[in-house]
Amino acid sequence: MDLQNADCVLIEGSNMAEAHPVGFQWVVEAKRRGATVIHVDPRFTRTSALADVHVPIRAGSDIAWLGGLINHVLQNDLDFREYVVAYTNAANLIDDEFKDTEDLDGLFSGFDPETGHYDPISWHYEPPEEMSEDDREVEREVERDQHAHEGSGDSHKESHQMARSESHGSGGAPVLWKGRRDETLQDPHCVFQILKRHFARYTPEMVREVCGVEPGKVAEVAEMMARNSGRERTTALCYAVGWTQHSTGAQMIRAAAILQTLLGNIGRPGGGILALRGHASIQGSTDIPTLFNILPGYLPMPQAASHQDLDAWVEADEGKAGFWGNVRSYAVSLMKSYWGDAATADNDFCFDYLPRITGDHSTYNTVKAMIEGRCKGYFLVGENPAVGSSNGKMQRLGMAALDWMVVRDLQMIESATFWKDGPEIETGELVTEEVGTEIFFLPAASHVEKAGTFTQTQRMLQWRDKAVEPPGDARSELWFYVELGNRIRQKLAGSSDEMDRPLLDLAWDYPYTEDGEPSGEQVLREINGVDADGKALSSYTELKADGSTACGCWIYSGVFADETNQARRRRPHWEQDQVAAEWGWVWPANRRILYNRASAAPDGTPWSERKKYVWWDAEANDGKGRWTGADVPDFVPDRPPDYVPEPGAKGPDAIGGQDPFIMQTDGKAWLFAPVGVADGPMPTHYEPAESPLHNPLYGQQNNPARRKVDHIENAINPSWSEVFPYVFTTYRLTEHHTAGGMSRTLPYLSELQPEPFCEVSPRLAAERGLEHGGWATIVTNRAAIEARVIVTRRLRSLRLGDRMVEQVGLPYHWGGNGITTGDSANDLVNLTLDPNVYIQDKVGTCDIRPGRRPRGRALLAFVEEYRRRSGVDMAHPEDGGADG
Amino acid sequence: MSRGERSMVPEPEFSSYYGRPILKEPTWKTPDVPLYLFAGGLAGASAVLAEGAALTGRPGLERVARLAASGGATAGTVFLVHDLGRPERFLNMLRVFKPTSPLSVGSFVLAPFSSLSALAAVSVVTGRLRGPGRLAGLGAAALGPPLATYTAALVANTAIPAWHEAHRELPFAFGGSGAAAAGGLGMLLAPAAETGPATRMALLGGALELAATQRIDGLGLVAEPYREGPPGRLMRTARSLTLAGAALTVAGAKWRPLRRLAGAAYLAGSLTMRFGVFEAGLASARDPKYVVVPQRERMERRAKMGV
Amino acid sequence: MSLFSEGRLWGRLDDVQHDAGYDEHPPRMGFFTDTSVCIGCKACEVACKEWNEIPENGYLLTGMSYDNTGALGASTWRHVAFVEKPLTGQETDLGMPGLGPPAGESQAAESGDAGIQWLMSSDVCKHCTHAACLDVCPTGALFRTEFGTVVVQPDVCNGCGYCVPACPYGVIDVRKEDGRAFKCTLCYDRLKEGQQPACAQACPTESIQFGEVSELRLRAANRLQELKDQGVDAAQLYGADPDDGVGGDGAFFLLLDEPEVYGLPPDPIVTTRDLGSIWKHVGGAAAAVAALGVASFLGRRR
Repeated sequence: MDLQNADCVLIEGSNMAEAHPVGFQWVVEAKRRGATVIHVDPRFTRTSALADVHVPIRAGSDIAWLGGLINHVLQNDLDFREYVVAYTNAANLIDDEFKDTEDLDGLFSGFDPETGHYDPISWHYEPPEEMSEDDREVEREVERDQHAHEGSGDSHKESHQMARSESHGSGGAPVLWKGRRDETLQDPHCVFQILKRHFARYTPEMVREVCGVEPGKVAEVAEMMARNSGRERTTALCYAVGWTQHSTGAQMIRAAAILQTLLGNIGRPGGGILALRGHASIQGSTDIPTLFNILPGYLPMPQAASHQDLDAWVEADEGKAGFWGNVRSYAVSLMKSYWGDAATADNDFCFDYLPRITGDHSTYNTVKAMIEGRCKGYFLVGENPAVGSSNGKMQRLGMAALDWMVVRDLQMIESATFWKDGPEIETGELVTEEVGTEIFFLPAASHVEKAGTFTQTQRMLQWRDKAVEPPGDARSELWFYVELGNRIRQKLAGSSDEMDRPLLDLAWDYPYTEDGEPSGEQVLREINGVDADGKALSSYTELKADGSTACGCWIYSGVFADETNQARRRRPHWEQDQVAAEWGWVWPANRRILYNRASAAPDGTPWSERKKYVWWDAEANDGKGRWTGADVPDFVPDRPPDYVPEPGAKGPDAIGGQDPFIMQTDGKAWLFAPVGVADGPMPTHYEPAESPLHNPLYGQQNNPARRKVDHIENAINPSWSEVFPYVFTTYRLTEHHTAGGMSRTLPYLSELQPEPFCEVSPRLAAERGLEHGGWATIVTNRAAIEARVIVTRRLRSLRLGDRMVEQVGLPYHWGGNGITTGDSANDLVNLTLDPNVYIQDKVGTCDIRPGRRPRGRALLAFVEEYRRRSGVDMAHPEDGGADG
Repeated sequence: MSRGERSMVPEPEFSSYYGRPILKEPTWKTPDVPLYLFAGGLAGASAVLAEGAALTGRPGLERVARLAASGGATAGTVFLVHDLGRPERFLNMLRVFKPTSPLSVGSFVLAPFSSLSALAAVSVVTGRLRGPGRLAGLGAAALGPPLATYTAALVANTAIPAWHEAHRELPFAFGGSGAAAAGGLGMLLAPAAETGPATRMALLGGALELAATQRIDGLGLVAEPYREGPPGRLMRTARSLTLAGAALTVAGAKWRPLRRLAGAAYLAGSLTMRFGVFEAGLASARDPKYVVVPQRERMERRAKMGV
Repeated sequence: MSLFSEGRLWGRLDDVQHDAGYDEHPPRMGFFTDTSVCIGCKACEVACKEWNEIPENGYLLTGMSYDNTGALGASTWRHVAFVEKPLTGQETDLGMPGLGPPAGESQAAESGDAGIQWLMSSDVCKHCTHAACLDVCPTGALFRTEFGTVVVQPDVCNGCGYCVPACPYGVIDVRKEDGRAFKCTLCYDRLKEGQQPACAQACPTESIQFGEVSELRLRAANRLQELKDQGVDAAQLYGADPDDGVGGDGAFFLLLDEPEVYGLPPDPIVTTRDLGSIWKHVGGAAAAVAALGVASFLGRRR
């Protein structure tokens, strides 16, 4: 909702109007108030229709474009200097061992080609001028490590943070020290100058060559954004899976963060970066996670090798500056909520009961494990990987190799019926009688048939009441999991096996409401947390490390404050101010804009009257002063702007009065990330794993740290291949929902988009003989699918340097079940993963031909022929043949 | 872009939504509605012919015409009811009387006309109830011309360009056509000695029909469907048949069979004309050009006049 | 005042409900659809079908941009139109997506700004001040509600279909399987409960605005001025003028191009305006038939 305050909105990697139509009303409101809306997208979409400027771009080249904007800002001194100096690490000096991609033709220093990992040690800050004894000890350790493992393996790198996402939670990797700074930003080793050098290559001409964007556009958009930044104005940026679903996805978002930070838009009203999540409660599903590497509230999952006890587990983050330093309290409270009375100080609060990870257990690796027989069972709950996950064939082959699978869904989805009518049945790769998987289909209640919260893209929890009873045997997830837990515990009752204790010791007594459902409100209350007396907590600051508090998710603490379901509040926004704090509840602490200390100048006064948000009121609190404003201040409430922390201060005490970025251990926004990012301290453009071009910037073609999935069904299209000359990308339509289970089964939605189609430019249509309304077959080395053809000028032919690049657009909603059916676009997508979050490229290369695809065995031969022609090395199918 | 044949004149420039129709084509069925138009015209004019025959002592002609009036009205009612989406609810037509609705007005004409002409016909055939029968016949004759011409209001009081823009001419075309049909039927079936008035009615009616449809042809772009394509062919065929009727009448001055043929030609011409008008309307609804171009021209004219 | 004079059947009519016979009535309610903020999400289409339990209307990929609904009809009461317009100078464009390379367009013209405009608009029954459908309905199934809206009573309609060709906008139609005519009711049932129509409720960007027609007209005029000030010359109101050919629409629009680009008639006039003339000519023709009948019997006996 804060978007309405923006003076300029850049939407990129997102088709916001299409995928977030309700949220988009706030962009429309901003426009009504005079904001400029810019949409950067490979296609001209429903969002572009309402934007003031549309910039067509080659899918996957966003870092180059953003780099171009950053370069323009840096070269022309358009940054918000005061903000940059005070609130970012622009002034920090970096170790002179650091080498940039400029020096190493596309690599940063510290890359180990054997493991494909970076060691970030050379990226660290120069130590402070005045070093404490602790600091010197750390420095010596660092030196030792640096020399000790030159050229050896990776396991010893635990002493300083591994650049891998599962090594720490999402609370911000700690730096070694706050480091030396040059606030004039002139020192050649300062971040600002490093940034300048790094992005100098991203000239408008380079942007043209990489992205197909006209050179003048870079200056135009950069000026628009810069004009709308600074004290008096703010620019907001929105992104979605157009950025996240790339093997360089995290760095794309980093580039945007750098741009917004340079312009001084973070933490300010109408500013910031809004991550538009994929569907209704997916934010909630990372907050209370279903991800392998994090626990509720983004605590890291313990690792088998390095975390033998609780101390070891919290050691890396404990005591570090900022609220993350209290991680022990959050962790202990979490375990208390899991195991209740069984969790005591003596047994490390049942730390041993927590699962451990041993590496990358992400979904695509798990699918590979399924195919290879190492993973036996699968719960699919409101998920349809046969259509919705990349490399559809691998998904289905994985499911076919399981012993058992439980599918809970509203509809009979493709993942439940793949064994009788999936694409592999048609080709003969799977034979129904030979699929050994025992599949249990359990009907699920829909969102109006159960009560609970959704956590949407704004971090807002909104409670929904139950409206109707679920039909027949359909049950809610809550009922299912509580019941599952009950039955398993029943079966294990009386067991003396140590292995069973984690289940038997669970605090699993959930009260039921009169409709036979476990009480969602009580679960929410448990998530909120209770104190030693069993009273609901009001904030995560009340969490203790001594076992007296229990809390299911520390960032949600406060949602049930005052024994009231805060998520259920519905005061209409026209009865409230611009922040509308009484609608729903936002984590953390109902704080709507994070890092909002940055909305005030270093001295605590607002940057301007117009953009007043949170500021220091020196008179309040009996003259001691307090931060005040429209929103909950994201800062220590009574810490004055001029506060300097004691040397050696820990936790929240280490936050200085001018350190708005309280989750970072140095309190500053990181233009340069010395730790915490797996593929580089700064974003660099690399080509997607499948690309028609050589990387115009460097010899390093692809993200060197990208994760590959080694399987013959994941044969990557060789880059710059004549056989696959076109770029394809997948996306959403408003009328359908993800894998289609909730839309292609409904007449009213199916009739709105009744058939799968691809979108092509007129030039591509002419080149390949495609007819508007006719059929086309789209091929990659993994699969071939068919779709109807829509020829439209909304797909531009892009001129990259002196060649034309064409893009094929594919909505991904279709599968074999429902009213409207068709081939799944995700069958085309390859698995090459971002090293930070293991998310795949949704862009790749393809060929497109007129006419419908071959069927049955002929389809396999057809794809095989493409593999042969493109020269895929089936011994190393995951290599695009580009480089390491 | 027009469906069907291209015109020789360059296409007028206009915008449309993918060439889709703006108006909805009537859901009126064919042949039901064209047959109804024909039957109504035949019946209405026949009632007048019958009354004249009764007044001038031509019982043979009267008999034919009375039966035509009643039969036509009955047939018309059947076609009308059959054309309804919910035929069982046909009586709802008589719930209200709305002068703004030619269909309402027409129902209140057709209903009494049907009863009156039926009574008159029964009376003539059975020879009973002569008194009431004569009165009924008089009543039917009074309602006859309205019955024969109100159908023009029915089609013209729509947004269909080919019909609405011809709203001045269609009543005369329909009236004349009804007369031609009534006269033609008389020529065909009445005793030779009594066919005189029928012959004259057919001739006069046919002339009126031809004159009116000729005027319609000159109405510009909106009348294009009357000139081109399948509706154009129907209209031209109708014209030829009616002219043939006149020619055969003259040629058959001495030979009855030719005059019978003439009567049939008049009947066929009248019927074909109804189909032609109907199809022309549908065609003008289908092509957005017939809505957009005249309306744009109208707007320009108003602008020039400073309105 | 005669039935056929201005104000009764055509022209400006300020109190449409009073004219229909209501002594006391609430203010006239309607829609202002501001297509400049429409995102083409079709929530209006779905909400309407859900609330009114309208049957689905066929699964056909039309190729007309993202419009697979086609047009308003008996089973479509909200229809979102999509027009992809290249931003060239002359417009003889039929608004069709490119069928192969546009003749004569240089390929060097690619890349750069998309140079395209995508118009989106949610069409609906206009609930005209002078509604031809209502005027021609012989059973009285179509009537004017106390809110000034035009509604068909499904229990009276006998499917005569007269309303269908009468509508100058091509809105109302007969549902084949059913036999009766159907169209938007402006959610009469919801209005009676003080709620807004389903489509207005669902529209996320407030493209569909529901309210008192008089107030909506003011809002629309302001919005038009706002757009003109921003340099959007093509912006125009459609159906907002009480002096237009149907006396103004209860549901009117702000368009970003000429009406016919969206499939709307540029200058709709209620057919009833010419009814006086029509009846006059019918009268004349009837008299001619009578006269012709008399003349047939004059002269020598034969």
